[in-house]
Amino acid sequence: MAALSVNHLLGIKELTTEDIELIFDTADKFKEVLNRPIRKVPSLRDITIANVFFENSTRTRLSFELAEKRLSADVINFSASGSSVKKGETLLDTVNNILAMKVEMIVMRHASPGAPHFLARHIKAAIVNAGDGTHEHPTQALLDAYSIREKLGSVSGKKVAIIGDISHSRVALSNIFCLQKLGAEVMVCGPATLIPKHMASLGVTVVHNTRQALEWCDVANVLRIQLERQQGKNFPSLREYARYYGINGNLLRQIGKPITIMHPGPINRGIELTSDVADSAQSIILDQVENGVAIRMAVLYLLAEKIKVYGTGKAA
Amino acid sequence: MEKLRLLNGQLLDLTMQRLCHQLVENYADFNNTALIGMQPRGRYFADRIKARLDHIIAGNVPIGYLDITFYRDDFRRRTKPLQASTTYMPFDIEGKRIVLIDDVLFTGRTIRAALSALGEYGRPASVELMVLIDRLYSRDLPIQPNYTGRAVNSILSQRVVVEWTEQGATEDAIWLVTQ
Repeated sequence: MAALSVNHLLGIKELTTEDIELIFDTADKFKEVLNRPIRKVPSLRDITIANVFFENSTRTRLSFELAEKRLSADVINFSASGSSVKKGETLLDTVNNILAMKVEMIVMRHASPGAPHFLARHIKAAIVNAGDGTHEHPTQALLDAYSIREKLGSVSGKKVAIIGDISHSRVALSNIFCLQKLGAEVMVCGPATLIPKHMASLGVTVVHNTRQALEWCDVANVLRIQLERQQGKNFPSLREYARYYGINGNLLRQIGKPITIMHPGPINRGIELTSDVADSAQSIILDQVENGVAIRMAVLYLLAEKIKVYGTGKAA
Repeated sequence: MEKLRLLNGQLLDLTMQRLCHQLVENYADFNNTALIGMQPRGRYFADRIKARLDHIIAGNVPIGYLDITFYRDDFRRRTKPLQASTTYMPFDIEGKRIVLIDDVLFTGRTIRAALSALGEYGRPASVELMVLIDRLYSRDLPIQPNYTGRAVNSILSQRVVVEWTEQGATEDAIWLVTQ
């Protein structure tokens, strides 16, 4: 049986296609666990995991915490607000202090791209990237691709359009890597001001017309307009954005084919998606959230497997 | 490598027939009873037992499959990781009499894990264990089978290999392999 080729989950870029498939197959088993009367397995009972969040998060953090608890891990939570980070402590000092309390794994969200890679080089713990700035958000990409596989049977050969604010999105980059590794075709769509210039070099098609993207795709992964990250004017107004790039029921009916609608949340209802689309039968937004726990259980389980218990049994 | 055939053909057939009749003796019409095959390899044996039981009692004995990968006590201790198989539990085990079925009983650790895993689905009235091959004197834990196909004396370095036609073997056969 295969094991992951990596000791940390820093980004999708570092994973092989086999890694991704192993994570999916393991997640299938954990989905069954999540539907039992007692939704818990004892696998990680001797592992302590610190959730270190230097940036706000609701869904990702809850999802990780639930995944950890379903695996019987001990969990400590840390958020930058109300901590010594405010007093000027460095990232390495903060994490080393947490590690001194005997923690085996760190789940980290940080505003700076590369922060988890930096940690992985300097500390002895398995690192899971829960989002590093505008760089990567690997577990989100995994759960997105897993949800596509669940809905459409496979990812290979499918056409996926990522629509919205690409330049401020870590979800977009991780999704592109993940979908391409699984053999899907990827298109990105949004206003030119919200798409980075180098985008085409990743082997994706770039368009600036939502109708064109929808006519092409099987799956539309619609991203949130990150209101908190819009420094400068990338588009004239939210109303104009919604008019040109928002997806509504009318538009989907005109295109007249079943397009699976995804969104990593939180949704700005009425901006990138209208409520009739977000809540429609074509939408798998809540399946994404459900699958998120199973995917994170699989990632944590497979990474924990690599942290051997020394001096016991057959471990090297 | 030396291969010694333990069971095949008519003898295997007779053994399974005997095991089924032993079950019928204790469970009569299998009202409130369910079979659970241990994934991955015990399920083939469990399927055979179920097919025969259905024929003998002219009924339909409930069957499930249990994977115990997440309950193993050697997680993070094995050099080779194991991949989980599918668990399929189409009935509520609360209050049921359960017969766990596996192909080979060796250290007893798999069955220990299975008992923990079963507990997550409810509280069965009782649990019994049926194995096709019992490797004697090799137990790490105080676990013994209730129904045994064949008891075998073996040493640690030997392996018991069970081949079923469902897995692509030319005939059903059980081998004792010496490295």
